Amino acid sequence: MIVKTVCGWMKAFILLYGIHIILYGHLTPGGGFAGGVIAASAFVLIMLAEGEAVGLKTFSRKAASTWDSVGVLSFLVMAGLGLLLAGTFFVNFWTTDESAHFTLFSSGIIPVCNIGIGLKVCSSLYLVFVVLTAMHLALKPGNKGENS
Amino acid sequence: MTEILIALIVLMIIGALVAIETSNLLYSVISIGAVGFLLSIVFLFLSAPDLAITQMAVEVITLVILLRAIAGSGREAVSDRRSIFGTVVTVAMVLILAGFSVRMFADFPEFGQPVTDRFADAPSNMYLREGLEKTGAANIVTAVLLDFRAYDTLGEATVLFCAVVGALSILRRKTKKQPDEPDEENEP
Repeated sequence: MIVKTVCGWMKAFILLYGIHIILYGHLTPGGGFAGGVIAASAFVLIMLAEGEAVGLKTFSRKAASTWDSVGVLSFLVMAGLGLLLAGTFFVNFWTTDESAHFTLFSSGIIPVCNIGIGLKVCSSLYLVFVVLTAMHLALKPGNKGENS
Repeated sequence: MTEILIALIVLMIIGALVAIETSNLLYSVISIGAVGFLLSIVFLFLSAPDLAITQMAVEVITLVILLRAIAGSGREAVSDRRSIFGTVVTVAMVLILAGFSVRMFADFPEFGQPVTDRFADAPSNMYLREGLEKTGAANIVTAVLLDFRAYDTLGEATVLFCAVVGALSILRRKTKKQPDEPDEENEP
């Protein structure tokens, strides 16, 4: 009961903190990887506190796989766009002038890449956790879904 | 400053020793977690907040996964007899590494003195000098990770992707049988 209540309060804040770290990765410490791990820990918290069923309903394995691929593909697409538009792989083609420094919409493709990596890391770590947890469930004797 | 670092590192070494020596798996995992969190504090004292945040977050996830694995395995204690050959090899490796480290530390600059001072034309000097103008990112670590050295980040993302694909492929047959998960493939 206590765990569920605290989880209900905390999960939004943890997720929000992760998203903040991803979005402001080019201005403050952090970035796609750290923010993605924090966001994944929010989903892991839901899974631990409310059980596997609720956790998988919140963020299903299939959705996690999809977002995993979307994240890494968007990173690659940004790199490929650099090749197409400016002639070099991974070139920062969307440059901003000096007045934009220290604002959210500065530094061209870096925030976009950060978001892609954040999505990727978040869903990857969540998938790892799901796989390990589900294996633990399946190995437990007396589990319904053990034999089929 | 240096004293704090030394104290933290000594605590880390104690934690690692406890993790190896104890026979209770739970104590061992908790000691590993303590080592990780202390390392995060060390990074913070060394003015590397990016690393500190990442280390902290990864440590939490690792700890949760390890605790979950212990709860699932049903084993609480391990006992392991040590082979003499293993001990000899370990001690020899540690001595060799210590010898190399002493040789390396003699060449290190003073604590807090950037090593790039010695090489005026090193690329990292250019990153620090022109990072803000060239990329517009105020956080120089992100600028290096996602602009100057984006290839490395792509490689890192690929490694993580391959790891997850591998884990999913190996453990797939078991996850597929979960009762409350929509089936992706037809049951045989």
